[in-house]
Amino acid sequence: MIEATGLTKRYGATVAVDDLSFTVPSGQVTGFLGPNGAGKSTTMRLILGLDAPDSGAVTVGGRPYATYRRPLFQAGALLEAKACHGGRSARNHLLCLALSNGISRARVDEVLDLTGLAGAARRRAGGFSLGMSQRLGIAAALLGDPPVLMLDEPVNGLDPEGVVWIRTLLRTLAAEGRTVLLSSHLMSEMAMTADRLVVIGRGRLIAEATMADFLAAGPGGSVTVRSPQARALAALLTARGATVTRQDADTLAVAGTTPEAIGELARADGLTLTGLTAHQATLEDRYMELTRDSADYRAAATRNGDRR
Amino acid sequence: MTATKPFQPPVGPVPLFAGVLRSEARKLGTVRSTFWILLAAIGFNVVTAALLGLLLPGHLSADQKATIDSVRVSLGGLHLSQVAVGLLGVLAVTSEYGSGMIRATLAAVPQRRLLLTAKALVLTATVAATGIAACLAAYLVFQAFLPAGDAMRTTLTDPGVLRAVTGAGLYLTVLGLLGFGLGTVLRSSAGAVAALFGVLFVPTLLVALLPSSWQDTIGPYLPMNAGDAIYIVRPEAHTLQPWTGFGVFCLYAAAALAAGFVLISRRDA
Repeated sequence: MIEATGLTKRYGATVAVDDLSFTVPSGQVTGFLGPNGAGKSTTMRLILGLDAPDSGAVTVGGRPYATYRRPLFQAGALLEAKACHGGRSARNHLLCLALSNGISRARVDEVLDLTGLAGAARRRAGGFSLGMSQRLGIAAALLGDPPVLMLDEPVNGLDPEGVVWIRTLLRTLAAEGRTVLLSSHLMSEMAMTADRLVVIGRGRLIAEATMADFLAAGPGGSVTVRSPQARALAALLTARGATVTRQDADTLAVAGTTPEAIGELARADGLTLTGLTAHQATLEDRYMELTRDSADYRAAATRNGDRR
Repeated sequence: MTATKPFQPPVGPVPLFAGVLRSEARKLGTVRSTFWILLAAIGFNVVTAALLGLLLPGHLSADQKATIDSVRVSLGGLHLSQVAVGLLGVLAVTSEYGSGMIRATLAAVPQRRLLLTAKALVLTATVAATGIAACLAAYLVFQAFLPAGDAMRTTLTDPGVLRAVTGAGLYLTVLGLLGFGLGTVLRSSAGAVAALFGVLFVPTLLVALLPSSWQDTIGPYLPMNAGDAIYIVRPEAHTLQPWTGFGVFCLYAAAALAAGFVLISRRDA
């Protein structure tokens, strides 16, 4: 478990993390979301004790990370994929880290196998593609078989097979009761991987909730209905308080009710439905809505563009 | 939600510090630059000594041969090998900052001073072994190239010779540590290399602009002049005693190291 309370970190005049409190429980994958510059990477560095907070505190497994001797057994982290000496082989890179924590060579070979790098173990890490570097970083995080894992943008540069692999890996690790904190900008990927979300913007907490609650708290989805008697159905739905938008002669977009209620209503009045499709609000919709005001870096074109 | 996996305290097969030492030794040993730099240091020493041993006897008069500090001459390659060793000391720490590896390293070993101590010890052992071997090799090669009965011939058992030859290796070691300290403070390879050679060469140039009485007073205490004293067998006026000079040189390195040790725990990685 990771617990942050009142974390604040300034770099000169910039407040990177601002009174941030959140909890990352065990047994789940917690997604860590926020626009570029929101303070995600800073928060991760604070968790690992690499940077010292100006105020507040954060513990990993109940203690500040930096107080552990051999902390690779407590938590594994992937911060930057390319953060290794390019001239060293993948195996030597892992071995350097492993030796410092008294981790065996056998375990180094194990994580190389696990991450699919066994064949490239003796190649110089400097020649690795971004995807292979990510795998090497994940291998390093897994060295101590730790109860806590923290991965910053691990799917960057991974091929589709790699994306599925990491999703499965993280789900498995969480199912084993481990704490997994995962940051990513790929919303669809996050929606499939995370159970909970911590969303920050400009260093502040915007939301901390389960994925289901996070999605449900939004304006909700809509239902597309096709019917030869669309006009009659529209009148009926409007009378029941739903918001109906006519899309074409046969098609309605309905908000404020459920597909079940529409189907029931149609049956009761003997109206024919030829199509009934529910559109759930996506994580991306909710995320965009919540972080609209706190994105530091946004392309000028979308600033004026109507994002609804 | 399943229960958290019960925490199992790791049973370290080796004490923490021994593990960190092994890790740092592997780090230094698994980058090519270490190999090339050490090879260059040995090469500079030996090749320079060979050339001097070959050419010098024919160029010097009997008088000159009798008065010249031939041991110091045989170690002339130090002027080049010290550059290599200084670079090794700098890179031992700045290469981690340059690549970002330092964050992985400090996440694995949050005890930063312990980490820095291990790094310094590994560097010390590596440079001391190579440096002393390189200086000894230079001395022996120079002697081997001298004609039989040449006045510049000495043996390791002559007064001060063994001290000068091994001391030159120690000079290289401390120079490496000076680079290491500056690297820790500056965290950039280019900056630390510039600072190191600034510290070594610039004071000597500046002092040359001062009145000669000042030069004689301050000069011997400048980093490189103080460091040179250890491998001087025939002292000139205004040089420090060998071990005094070496001690002064150690103080410069100690100051850089101390600054590094203070800063590494205070700064963000």
